[in-house]
Amino acid sequence: MSNSFVELSNVRLRYSEGDDLALDTTDMKIRKGEFVAVVGPSGCGKSSLLKLVSGLMPPSDGTVIVDGHEVAGPLKIVGMAFQNPTLLPWRTTLDNVLLPLEIVKPHRNRLRQHKAEYVARAKALLATVGLAGYEDKFPWELSGGMQQRASLCRALIHEPDLLMLDEPFAALDAFTREELWDILQNLWMVRPFTVMLVTHDLREAAYLADTVYVMSKRPGRILVARDNTLPRPRDQETTFTQPFIDLVHELRSHIRDVRAA
Amino acid sequence: MTKRTNLSKASPWISAAVLFLLWEGIVRLFHIPVYVLPTPSASLEAAWQYRDAIWMHATHTLYTTLFGFAIAVAFGVVLGALVGSSKAIYIAANPLLVGFNSVPKVALVPVFVMWFGIGTVPAIITAFIISFFPIVVNVATGLATLEPELRDVLRSLGATRTDILFKVGFPRALPYFFASLKVAVTLAFVGSVISETVASNVGVGYLMLAASSKFNMPLVFAGLLVIAVMGIVMYEFFNIIERRSTKWANRANPDG
Repeated sequence: MSNSFVELSNVRLRYSEGDDLALDTTDMKIRKGEFVAVVGPSGCGKSSLLKLVSGLMPPSDGTVIVDGHEVAGPLKIVGMAFQNPTLLPWRTTLDNVLLPLEIVKPHRNRLRQHKAEYVARAKALLATVGLAGYEDKFPWELSGGMQQRASLCRALIHEPDLLMLDEPFAALDAFTREELWDILQNLWMVRPFTVMLVTHDLREAAYLADTVYVMSKRPGRILVARDNTLPRPRDQETTFTQPFIDLVHELRSHIRDVRAA
Repeated sequence: MTKRTNLSKASPWISAAVLFLLWEGIVRLFHIPVYVLPTPSASLEAAWQYRDAIWMHATHTLYTTLFGFAIAVAFGVVLGALVGSSKAIYIAANPLLVGFNSVPKVALVPVFVMWFGIGTVPAIITAFIISFFPIVVNVATGLATLEPELRDVLRSLGATRTDILFKVGFPRALPYFFASLKVAVTLAFVGSVISETVASNVGVGYLMLAASSKFNMPLVFAGLLVIAVMGIVMYEFFNIIERRSTKWANRANPDG
């Protein structure tokens, strides 16, 4: 398939020479603008998958191709967010969101002269996630959910082609989490970017993803790639419809099989 | 301003007063001879009597200490940055640093005297040698304990090592750095006074040695008090700077 944006072929990973495999023969094809979720038992190498694709870790075997080029070092077009918001406590929310622009080219060279333009952009982005008015607050003055929203903004401010999310909502309460699903879906529908979301939450995967990958126990392998064609935008009502419930059931039974194996 | 905060502000003065009263009482009660332990009142009296000499020697000790301390800060920050930002350098340098820190610095003073002669230079070097270690360790710790996730976020934006160091490493290490300055400056006093005691003809260390050879114990204790006061003042100075510049790290007790 020539139109895949991310392509993994025969990828295997061990953390160091002589270790057991962390990731066994893995193939994946992700279209540009596709929203992919990866689910699987703990320790199955889901997070390693993100590191492989973003070039933070080289595969032991096989190739990773992103945007037509084989990945050889850290990609520079990636946004990342984790379970831990990792905001810098000495920076205001606004300055935290601006951080990537101080690093990514060409913005880092333009930032000083076009500060107002970038600040406006950051404020607009913060407003879309409901953080208008919190620009000058420090991260420790925000709730966990707000910090995670700011972290999402930091991951998106430089308009990356690829967004890597490693259980970004796992530490939040159920209501906040579902609110953030909608926020993320909206951001993605306005300006589609390719997303890889690692999660333990099957409802989250079913709510957000176009394709859900189910991984085996360690050494991780992809067992199932399940298309999810539920219409968008999905909302609270979607989660009570039969197709959604069936999908979650199906994913759950896959996970049950994996854990029993 | 509540009564409770008033009390907590006064408490250091109260505890110092209690200590002096106990000291005074015990010496008087047990008739301890002045050449063994003078009373605090006798020590303060001596401090007043010899105020000109003490002032001269104390300012000299202060300059010596701060000079050695300044070198320690510069050296400690550079070495700490190297050790903290590279695992290879850390592994290579750590045993050396620990070994070096374990050597009693007083044993080095004669060596410095052989190299630089008697006087201020060995005192500056001793102050430097004794105080740089905590700075190195703290700066290195602050840099090395960067969250791996944050490092990943920055690397996947194309950040260089220098970017990471300046955007995240140094700001993050700042509270560690200031915490080490408080400790280091008091150690620097220890270093300079040791050296003055062993090999100098100026400074509080020398003054105390000269006084003790004349059995002028109140003056010896006056010297000790002066050193203690200088140490407290410098410690508080860096404490205030720390709190002002790294408010975000002390957020648990905003007025603390």
